Amino acid sequence: MNSKAVVIPGGKYRLEWSSRAASASSGLIVSVASVVLALLFSGVFIALNGLNPVFVFETMARGAFGTAGGLSETLVKAIPLLLCGLGVSFAYRISIWNIGAEGQFVVGAIAATAVTIYFPGMPHWSYLPVMFSAGALAGGVWGLLAAVPRTHFQVNELISSLMLNYIALLLLDYLVFGPWKDPAGFNFPGTPMFETWMQLATFGTGRLHLGLFIGLGGVLVYWLIMYRMKWGYELRLLGANPEAARHAGISVTKQILLVMLISGGLAGAAGMAEVSGVSHRLMYSISPGYGYTAIIVAWLAKLNPWGLIVSSVLCGGVIVGGYSVQMIGLPASMSLIVQGSILFFLIGGEQLRSYRVRLRLTSKPGGE
Amino acid sequence: MDFITALLVAALSAGTPLLFATLGGILSERCGVIFLGTEGAMLMGAVVSIMTLSRTGSWPLAVVMAMLVGAAFGVLHGVLCVSLKANQTVSGMAITLFGTGLSAFLGKPYAGLPVPAGIPKLNIPVLQDVPVIGDLFGSQNVLVWASFMLVIAMQAYIYRTGWGLKLRAVGDSPSTADAMGIQVAAVRYGHVVAGAMLIGLSGAYLVLVFSPNWMEGMTAGRGWIAVALVIFARWNPVRALLGAYLFGAFEALGYRIQTVTDAVPPYFLKMLPYLITILVLMIIGWNNRRKPSGQPQSLGAPYYREQRT
Repeated sequence: MNSKAVVIPGGKYRLEWSSRAASASSGLIVSVASVVLALLFSGVFIALNGLNPVFVFETMARGAFGTAGGLSETLVKAIPLLLCGLGVSFAYRISIWNIGAEGQFVVGAIAATAVTIYFPGMPHWSYLPVMFSAGALAGGVWGLLAAVPRTHFQVNELISSLMLNYIALLLLDYLVFGPWKDPAGFNFPGTPMFETWMQLATFGTGRLHLGLFIGLGGVLVYWLIMYRMKWGYELRLLGANPEAARHAGISVTKQILLVMLISGGLAGAAGMAEVSGVSHRLMYSISPGYGYTAIIVAWLAKLNPWGLIVSSVLCGGVIVGGYSVQMIGLPASMSLIVQGSILFFLIGGEQLRSYRVRLRLTSKPGGE
Repeated sequence: MDFITALLVAALSAGTPLLFATLGGILSERCGVIFLGTEGAMLMGAVVSIMTLSRTGSWPLAVVMAMLVGAAFGVLHGVLCVSLKANQTVSGMAITLFGTGLSAFLGKPYAGLPVPAGIPKLNIPVLQDVPVIGDLFGSQNVLVWASFMLVIAMQAYIYRTGWGLKLRAVGDSPSTADAMGIQVAAVRYGHVVAGAMLIGLSGAYLVLVFSPNWMEGMTAGRGWIAVALVIFARWNPVRALLGAYLFGAFEALGYRIQTVTDAVPPYFLKMLPYLITILVLMIIGWNNRRKPSGQPQSLGAPYYREQRT
């Protein structure tokens, strides 16, 4: 135990810190504090833009959570965030830095739409399950495309997964501006609308759809795997101590491939839920960056399954709140600033957790 | 100009922002700190330089401001990763997300507006008239010349000076460097900040020279390609120069092919740099499977003095 201290200028107090084991409850404190600090920090930029930060945050909060319509819209955004967040959490558990959820989401949306375009004659009841499988499979394959370079060619998965995002987005643009464009759509870059039996049913007041239960089901499966199955134990061991895992006979290559298949599959399922449940067609810029926000969702929840529900709703609220402040003259990129600063405070705070910091009166008033 | 010459000129132009960012990445990684915020720091450098140039009309000030904003992100990365010993990968992701958002926020009023004339070109009388070489170097931007000199300076610095030796010692074995009396944290801070300044500069080049205007997310993955180029270059500045122009050529090739034929949809041509990045890294990985990659040995690992053995 090494303890250090500095005397705060003025000499009345000193700041002491010593290392300690991080406690479980401090994790929650760090998450909450990070959100609060990130809002304060973003407030500076709002003030620089000539607006009152308190008013802006109030508008954001009211837009996202204040009305039944806003809340329903927040949950609509939370669905893809939850599924993509689950996906990247799987990967981050074993320190595989999948930042390709955006691309995996997009190919999931593309594959689900491909079913509607190339197989118009299937029985009506079969569309949703087939579209779901196609979306999840395509996302999983996209995840594997990022993983195989890592496992067999030592390529950093951050780079491969991110490059695949750009490729997926260009593929989407090609399709909706080109061969899949609705001929009766007045040149709108999107496919024709899906038939009703290809859509996930909505419920409640707004656009909230059955994808919510896909997301919640995903949380349950994640929890079961991680905390109730031997495989989850192996994954947690691999994340905590890869060397020990290797000695215990766990094949790292096999685990990485499996995890990336699932990770991408979850993001692909999110893409299917978005086209089938919300837009009811594949269209230009189908994702406002869900795959990137999912990174924040995962870290904010500390990869905890129940925490993911809370953080995805919160980040969904930040996106919806971001739309509502556009009306008072702030760009929607405000929500990215909030998200990025949340991550800064999270990782800074995470390190501070392992210190005990105390403010003490110096024994002799006036310092030295 | 024939096709090949035009391609070379375009490769030089498209390769220069990659070169600055790759050199910045090399400086940072040489001391053992991975900087993955390149994409965000580039965008911030770009937006700050266009803001400065539009308001003051002074291009040197615009370049300096871009480097300063890069430095600010370097300090942030240093505080998180060197002092607080946070995960370098996650800190880099945070810088990229934050920089993307803040640059879009700040750049909103400038989006789509033409960039005011700024950075001058150096006309070299005799050289201008030489075929091919004249097209390439006869009337080249001052920042391009600066990048050439930077490559030479960095090559000499890393391999031929005492400071460079200390830098490599910190990157390979910080505990040994510490025992030799080198201030590990100071070396890391210094090089991460210097590297981030070059990344900010690459953003300035991108918007002031390469593109006709500022656009949200205009780096389009170039920051990540630069991260890949650091590996391609085996952390060596001269190899970084070759790699940057090679990738510049691939980017330019996509546009060139479009002007010649429309058989391939432009969307697929735009995929080329991203596809090639993955393929090139795979080839390097395959070649390196039985020999060291040249990577600084303590790359990514925070240094805990109290755990020194």
